[in-house]
Amino acid sequence: MKIMNMVNAINDALDIKLGEDKNVVVYGEDVGVEGGVFRVTEGLQQKYGIERVFDSPLAESGLVGTAVGMAVAGLRPVIEMQFCGFVYPGFNQIISHASRMRNRSRGLYETPMVIRMPYGGGINALEHHSESMEAIFGHIPGLKVVAPSTPHDAKGMLISAIESNDTILFMEPKRIYRAIKQEVAEGKFTIPLGKANVVSQGTDVTIVAFGAMIREVQKAIVMAKESGISVELIDLRSIYPIDRETIAKSVKKTGRIITVTEGPRSFGLGSEISQIAIEEAFLHLEAPPARVSGFDTIVPLPRGEHHYMQDPYKILYEIERIVKY
Amino acid sequence: MFNEYNPLKKTIFQIIDDNGKVINKAWMPDISDDRLIKAYKDMLFARTADLQIVSYQRQGRIYTYPPNYGQEAISGATGAIIGENDWMVPAFREMGAMLAKGVTLKELFLYFMGYEDGSKFQHAKFTLPISVPIASQLLHAAGIGYAIKYNKEQKVVFGFVGDGGTSEGDFHEAVNFAGVWKVPVIFIIQNNQYGISTPTSVQTASDSLAIKSVAYGVKGIKVDGNDFFAMYKAIQESVKVCLEGEGPVLIEALTYRKGAHTTSDDPTKYRTREEEEAWDIKDPLKRMKGYLKSKKLWSDAEEEKIIPQFKEEIDRQFIEAENYGPYPKEDVFKYLYAEMPDDLKEQERQYERFLQWKAAKVK
Repeated sequence: MKIMNMVNAINDALDIKLGEDKNVVVYGEDVGVEGGVFRVTEGLQQKYGIERVFDSPLAESGLVGTAVGMAVAGLRPVIEMQFCGFVYPGFNQIISHASRMRNRSRGLYETPMVIRMPYGGGINALEHHSESMEAIFGHIPGLKVVAPSTPHDAKGMLISAIESNDTILFMEPKRIYRAIKQEVAEGKFTIPLGKANVVSQGTDVTIVAFGAMIREVQKAIVMAKESGISVELIDLRSIYPIDRETIAKSVKKTGRIITVTEGPRSFGLGSEISQIAIEEAFLHLEAPPARVSGFDTIVPLPRGEHHYMQDPYKILYEIERIVKY
Repeated sequence: MFNEYNPLKKTIFQIIDDNGKVINKAWMPDISDDRLIKAYKDMLFARTADLQIVSYQRQGRIYTYPPNYGQEAISGATGAIIGENDWMVPAFREMGAMLAKGVTLKELFLYFMGYEDGSKFQHAKFTLPISVPIASQLLHAAGIGYAIKYNKEQKVVFGFVGDGGTSEGDFHEAVNFAGVWKVPVIFIIQNNQYGISTPTSVQTASDSLAIKSVAYGVKGIKVDGNDFFAMYKAIQESVKVCLEGEGPVLIEALTYRKGAHTTSDDPTKYRTREEEEAWDIKDPLKRMKGYLKSKKLWSDAEEEKIIPQFKEEIDRQFIEAENYGPYPKEDVFKYLYAEMPDDLKEQERQYERFLQWKAAKVK
């Protein structure tokens, strides 16, 4: 065991896969010499050389598109989007090629590649640096979208992602890159993609969240407990495929569900999870599913961001409301 | 060659004239008679197939199709050079080169009849399926180029795009990435004068498309794309450059799309009869045949004899494709992921239940 934050853990996962698989290459804007703007790839170029860990020209479509080419030719590229707000020039390559090359060629070609992408708000950043647009990507057939909430999960999930023969969008909650430290097993281990994690058991309300929101929900749970409300927390870990079974099982037990997500509300992940609760546990529901989410607005610049962001009180407010319904 | 025909000099690389007479002996490629005849026959086969497909489409036996008519020398020269292990990254108007890689006409027919199975090439190695989003495939070519260089392999990538595609950001990113990485990619722009209805003059203020290579620091050349010999020589030299680690290369192949953009398009709306006739004189098959006849390597009699054989073969493969059978519902679901997610499995089961209900309901 070793104490790590999420940056260390992702770096460790990349290090392990670079070390054991010659087909793994890591590249992106400033990931080589500098080790990435968040230092996630620090030291890897020195260790594995410029052919395997390198800086790319500043072009996101180019990044994703070349990774598609490398992947069909047998490599396993892991590319970094510097911020999720910069992914959109690469969106066409994701939705038009990376997610459908296998389907288009009836299995003749695959694109085993990982697109790492820091996402989410709460870091006092410029415009385009704070979004959480998992719903847009979760809507793309052929793509897998995952997001860890702890250093341990980040390491195990990234190793699984690199070993997967699918294209994986690996969303990294940059707000907690360095905020959470925990013991992480040394060496290689994997966490299967598509399986949610029941973080804490409860009986009154189910909360489904992922990424940086887990920590906010945990704070709300402590406050709810003071009022005698018992909350079960599910860390989704995988946006798509979504773990219907774990959600259904929990809602059948608690009868209430709240989703906590950072993205805009309409057509969002919360709506999808609510629908799952309705389909799978309709007769168990004691209140309509509730959503704590961003507004259907642009994330405000830092001075106004607190209006938009989910915090423990916004979550507690919904917990109390749904329990009294 | 790339110095002599530097795009900044605004020259065009040509070897034969409109009648097939050699006007540039210095660069005439050394090709055996047998290979030349084969290349001509392949181009003739592609043209015969192309014209026949348009007639199948008119009969309602195949969906929308983008004809290659008039552009056969570009694919023909590529097909004569491309190796079994070289990569072919097509746009969608490269039939001859696809066939040369081992793609069958039947597979192309299946694709245009609406089966993804047509893109699961049974015999063609290292050949990507047709790419519909314009120019996006060139980035794949650059990435494949990186993999080739990374694995120290001796092979090249052919990446195709049209003149309209050079306005897309992906074209610029692809040539730029490939240039920075110095990877073995031959980018071939089929400048057939129009992006659907839009002339090249509306796409760019540049003197040529080849000249864009200069800005990216890569070799480039503007070639008479209706001159088989010029295309052959330009590609041959490009392969050499790439294998020496000095790639990529950007080739602008000047040609003319004699047919419509696709079978849904009506070119009379945007171009004149006079213009079409002026390009008829430069027809690539006519010019190559002029050369072959002057060397007594080919005759009209041989051509008349072989075309019916081609037509029979084309029809045979077409009918095989027509009888391919129903599209299994499983195929809708099973290729999205390496392993099908539970949610998708459930969607398939729900659809199956619906089909059973419908079968009972609609008798």
